[in-house]
Amino acid sequence: MASPSLVASRALWARLGGLDPRYPVSFLITLILVLGEARYGILGGYDRLATALGVCVATELALSWWLRGGFANVASAYITGISLALLIKPRADLLWPFALGGFLAIASKYVLQYRGRHLWNPSNFAISLLVVAAPASVAILSHQWGNDLATNAVIWCFGLLIAARVGMLHVTLTYVACFVALALARSGIVGGPLLAEIAPLTGPMYQLFIFFMITDPKTTVSTVRGRVIVAAAVAVAETAIRLAGDYHVAVLRPLYPAPPILALAIVGPLAKALDLYREARSGRSS
Amino acid sequence: MVHAVTSLFQRRVALGASFLAAIALVIILNRRAPGAGDSRVAVQFHLSNIAAEAGIDFVHHGPTLDAKLDNIAPLVAALGASVSVTDVNNDGWPDLYFTNSRFGTGNALYLNRGDGSFVDIARDAGVADVNRPGEGVSMGAVWGDFDNDGLEDLLVYKWGYLQLFKNMGDLHFADVTEAAGLRHWMNSNGAVWIDYDRDGLLDLYVTGYFRSDIDLWHLKTTRIMENSFEFATNGGKNRLFHNLGNGRFEDVTDRMGVGSTRWTLAVAAADFNGDGWPDLFLANDYGPEELYVNDHGRRFVLSRVGLESDSKSGMSATLGDVLNRGRLDAFVTNISVRGYLFQGNNLRLNFLPELGRFQQGAEGVITDAGWAWGAQLGDLDNDGRNELFIVNGYVSADRDRSYWYAMSKIAGANGNVFEDARSWPAIGTASLSGYERSRVLVNRGLAGWTDVAAAVGVSDEYDGRAVALVDLFNRGVLDVVIANQNQPALIYKNTVVPANHWIAFKLVGTRSNRSAIGAEVTIEAGGTRQLKVVDGGSGFASQNDRRLHFGLGSAGRVDRAVIRWPSGTLQTLEHPTVDRLHGITEPGR
Repeated sequence: MASPSLVASRALWARLGGLDPRYPVSFLITLILVLGEARYGILGGYDRLATALGVCVATELALSWWLRGGFANVASAYITGISLALLIKPRADLLWPFALGGFLAIASKYVLQYRGRHLWNPSNFAISLLVVAAPASVAILSHQWGNDLATNAVIWCFGLLIAARVGMLHVTLTYVACFVALALARSGIVGGPLLAEIAPLTGPMYQLFIFFMITDPKTTVSTVRGRVIVAAAVAVAETAIRLAGDYHVAVLRPLYPAPPILALAIVGPLAKALDLYREARSGRSS
Repeated sequence: MVHAVTSLFQRRVALGASFLAAIALVIILNRRAPGAGDSRVAVQFHLSNIAAEAGIDFVHHGPTLDAKLDNIAPLVAALGASVSVTDVNNDGWPDLYFTNSRFGTGNALYLNRGDGSFVDIARDAGVADVNRPGEGVSMGAVWGDFDNDGLEDLLVYKWGYLQLFKNMGDLHFADVTEAAGLRHWMNSNGAVWIDYDRDGLLDLYVTGYFRSDIDLWHLKTTRIMENSFEFATNGGKNRLFHNLGNGRFEDVTDRMGVGSTRWTLAVAAADFNGDGWPDLFLANDYGPEELYVNDHGRRFVLSRVGLESDSKSGMSATLGDVLNRGRLDAFVTNISVRGYLFQGNNLRLNFLPELGRFQQGAEGVITDAGWAWGAQLGDLDNDGRNELFIVNGYVSADRDRSYWYAMSKIAGANGNVFEDARSWPAIGTASLSGYERSRVLVNRGLAGWTDVAAAVGVSDEYDGRAVALVDLFNRGVLDVVIANQNQPALIYKNTVVPANHWIAFKLVGTRSNRSAIGAEVTIEAGGTRQLKVVDGGSGFASQNDRRLHFGLGSAGRVDRAVIRWPSGTLQTLEHPTVDRLHGITEPGR
């Protein structure tokens, strides 16, 4: 006979499964925020969080009312706001990247659409744009969070748990498996230490990437097989960027600070558009 | 109402336009980020490199380390260029000591002839040949009269054994390290003379970078690097040596509680909280700065003063009264590089007496000086406010290849990975924040700072490490001396508009240490106050002229100068004459 705690855990697990995926994801990103801020002061100022969150939520409410006549659920804007606050690391005294980034992230959902669906994960779009268009002002999260194993472990555990519950674990695992395999390949090609190629995976930028961006249900394709292929394609595109970085290809220099995020920004929308196109075509034929 | 008067299409068009406008705004605001120098401010001084004319031909050579570090050798061996100012023969003309860092190369002691030229006497003086296998290589030096005999002695800190040289008075030095009890192997990049117990004898605080059990030429392990880029505590232990007064020093690190292992790169000592006892301010690489508050010479207390959570890559501990409040603030350099990292430099405005903490005062152009190293605050235009001179650049090699991307692979990793030097990607011929231009920031008070480097003639792109300010030619202006890594030293002779007045003080301690290190002078002139402290080592790997130089602007009169000697004695000078150097000896009891 199962213990009461086990029964309770199972009940909670089952309830989580019925939830809108945005809520457990919101919980996870809040957990990361609280843990990181308490231990390492990762935000660099609460004004950054307030700006990013405030602009994201306000933009979501304003645009949903303006264009759709009703207020949208702000859980997605909340996740985007916190993601921006965690991932963007601009010059110390700048707040505009959080304000403009927040606006662009949410507005992209309403502007950059194909067949009524948005193509980019909102924070992925805003961060990619800021990194490429504003390199003198904005950097991306690199070595924050103390390079600490314990913090990493907590986030990985919760992240995997929640990815499983919202049905996106296959995306996370596919990407991680591909990243490791391609790291091996890169190490062979470049001739550098294997650990250096695998190392990024243990960093905070990747945790946010694999649990919040690449798994975004709204911007992933509609089939499990498709999502697996897209995750692998993102890893391949990232590898191409990384190899270009290793060989100092000057023209791609703006992409080097954030290879996975920019790879997703390139591959993700193409895949989503193709998926929507195929869906529409199969709908017509049926 | 809005929905009633606009169609969905119109609203979508409006949103699209706003979206594009926001993107355009990102690009416009990015272009306004601090970058190129600004010459809109009328400058009142000009700097010219006269090293060659002055006979200073010093070129630094970096260390060659154990082959196990070959993959990142340019990065690890990128330290060691330093400069410190002294008057080695008490002739009233400041002399310069530069360190070298390769086995077989000599340090240089440039004696100021007083006619605009210098001659290197280091070899004859016995302070050149210190970079030898088994002994280590120089990383910097600080001057202080540890035995109060009226002659400046020399402490060379190294990746290797410390060396203390006693000035014998005839332009010769004797190595007294062993007799002083200072023959300790430390991988040090900073030191400061400080009379922490105010007994009139200079004590010595030496910082550790790599752990002291590491011999960088005979590595037993490659796990020698930091274990976190933010909160590393596996660096070398800093040590405090108490001067016993009989030529010997005693290690009191643990008893005094100052054995930080935070990869300290720079240290400065001053009384930040105004209690009369000199405190220790540490700029730590891979970690937050630290302030050890001196508890009446009995112990130091690592204090929570607003530095603890702001973890960066501190490289210079620079002191100065930034806003003419009669208070010593601290400036700490850090790393900024496009796209990868904006740590921002820290300007720690001192509010310890009122609020018990520092407040961040860095905004705008002062925050970003690239990969910044040494910095000094000094009044370069004699207008009554301190300018800021910052040198920068880490490894200048192939201009078309940058190591930043490769380093970013491991920068976010778990600390266990990059603690091992073997895990680092090979740097090869790549640069790392190379070819950066120095910054010369004019102080506009509460209006902020303006970079005038190009306008005042500073355009070099050397890998600057140490900078020291000194009135080299006794003209009443501060000149700038720079030690560059693997490159020639620079002597920027300063030309200032003659309309501005100045005053300077040379202090000699009697009850206090004879070098008067730690003495503070506050002047009141033209309705403002300015405070300066006699320097026992500050910035990065540097030591300024210990004569204190104040610009006065148009004020042709100083109301008073108040000297607070390290012994606690207060001395007031009413209306000291301007435009001259005042030699002041500490009054007796």
